Amino acid sequence: MSTDTMLEVRDIKRDYELPGGFMKPKKTIHAVKGVSFKLERGKTLAIVGESGCGKSTLARMITFIDEPTAGDLIIDGQKMDTRPGHLTSEMRQKVQIVFQNPYGSLNPRQKIGDVLGEPLLINTDMSANDRRDRATEMLIKVGLGPEHYNRYPHMFSGGQRQRIAIARALMMNPKLLVLDEPVSALDLSVQAQVLNLLADLQDEFNLTYVFISHDLSVVRYIADEVMVMYFGEAVEYGTRDEVFSAPKHEYTQTLFKATPKADVESIRARVAAKKAASAA
Amino acid sequence: MSLLQIDNLTVEFETSTGWFRAVDGVSVSVDNAEVLAIVGESGSGKSVSMLAVMGLLPATAKITADRMLFEGQDIQKLSGSERRKLIGKDIAMIFQEPVASLNPCFTVGFQIEEVLRIHLGLDKKARRARAIELFKLVGLPNPEERLNAYPHQMSGGQCQRVMIAIAIACDPKLLIADEPTTALDVTIQKQILDLIMDLQARTGMGLIMITHDMGVVAETADRVVVQYKGRKMEEADVLSLFENPQSNYTKALLAALPENATGDRLTTVSDFFDGNPEPAPTASATGVNA
Repeated sequence: MSTDTMLEVRDIKRDYELPGGFMKPKKTIHAVKGVSFKLERGKTLAIVGESGCGKSTLARMITFIDEPTAGDLIIDGQKMDTRPGHLTSEMRQKVQIVFQNPYGSLNPRQKIGDVLGEPLLINTDMSANDRRDRATEMLIKVGLGPEHYNRYPHMFSGGQRQRIAIARALMMNPKLLVLDEPVSALDLSVQAQVLNLLADLQDEFNLTYVFISHDLSVVRYIADEVMVMYFGEAVEYGTRDEVFSAPKHEYTQTLFKATPKADVESIRARVAAKKAASAA
Repeated sequence: MSLLQIDNLTVEFETSTGWFRAVDGVSVSVDNAEVLAIVGESGSGKSVSMLAVMGLLPATAKITADRMLFEGQDIQKLSGSERRKLIGKDIAMIFQEPVASLNPCFTVGFQIEEVLRIHLGLDKKARRARAIELFKLVGLPNPEERLNAYPHQMSGGQCQRVMIAIAIACDPKLLIADEPTTALDVTIQKQILDLIMDLQARTGMGLIMITHDMGVVAETADRVVVQYKGRKMEEADVLSLFENPQSNYTKALLAALPENATGDRLTTVSDFFDGNPEPAPTASATGVNA
């Protein structure tokens, strides 16, 4: 079991200091207050919580964008030295991220082929032709075509852009993919396509996902394990079935209650209650 | 008589490649005290059709409709000033991005009192009192202090409450809510939806809920219109829509919900249109409502 742990996080913390001013003391914000979890290779951990609960800060720490204030990060059995300047490019290649907004995360002046080729240009000494072949191959893998190689981001729809962002993240064959609300900006039908693509890619490359979302129906569909965060703390952590069938923490229960129910039984109940109210 | 009745509405925009038809022959009607949900994906024309009713589309848009009746009066025939008297007073709208729809340069108190001054002509003292009353109604804490706050000093949920307070300030007969909870967290979404539904039940106003979220439809609507690429695909009461969807587009939408997943892959909308790429509207949806 321990050999197959892809990601382990031990008591990780992140504080942000707000500068003080005249007559105003410095203030420290504890964005993440000691979170621990273990994730097996090829599995999906979903992190759920409302805005400001620290879930994106956690994602930024796992992908080395942000340095933890305290705690350990162990990826693929190797303890990561997250101090600036101590990260090797080899470590960075293992972890990639897909951001929430596919409109903001692609450079509008960069052609798709260059978006996908850039990681190879920086990290490998592949020739231009090889880079082009790899990028085209990846485009096909995520459900786009070779004809998209020379196009600009504005020529694509939201779902296609998210496919490009996923393709870019996969260029260096990462083992761990952090997905920060990858489908929340997408329409329902496109969301289904992107979720299917993620499932296909996970099977093909044995990828490990950290999936950040606020949509419980998506989480229930995609996750093996679920962690609920609230004000920087993990208030609930367990397998999907544990969390969904018997939520322990009060906040998780509130979250479940607040999620709209689209099954016929609850609609029937609501319509009946409304009729009764208007008749009275 | 319906509160709002639109027959055969078409909205077109001119583009470099010719006229683009954003709304194509849509007919919608809402009664007093009724909640109608218009559901569709982006580009389905659900917002544009309601913006046409509000008269908020740019002058370059070409709007045609057989009839656009509000309380039996054709709003297409109204002059600009007559229409401005109606909009914001009898027909009000809540927009999707609460933080972006409020003016950052003025306090929220100024913005709500502006509505009361223009439409109701209340004096300063009465305006203040009514604004405080409205803020209490939408559940904003410390309304007296909150009136002096600027939009950036409030959270997204609070800004949406201010937007709702502004929309209901003149007791509208019809409230159009355009994706009122899309930018909000689930727990806040629940509070805002409860608030809107509670206000609707209490005042008996007509409510049009524009959304892409089938969950929101299930929790709020009496009747549902499903739109796709500017055309109406289906119209049904909420229970029959979820229980027995008629159009293949609605079936596809419901199947794409993650909670309805069967097996380890989701059904996508395109799975439904093999050999029949364009979803077809049901027969009842194409006819003009009587």
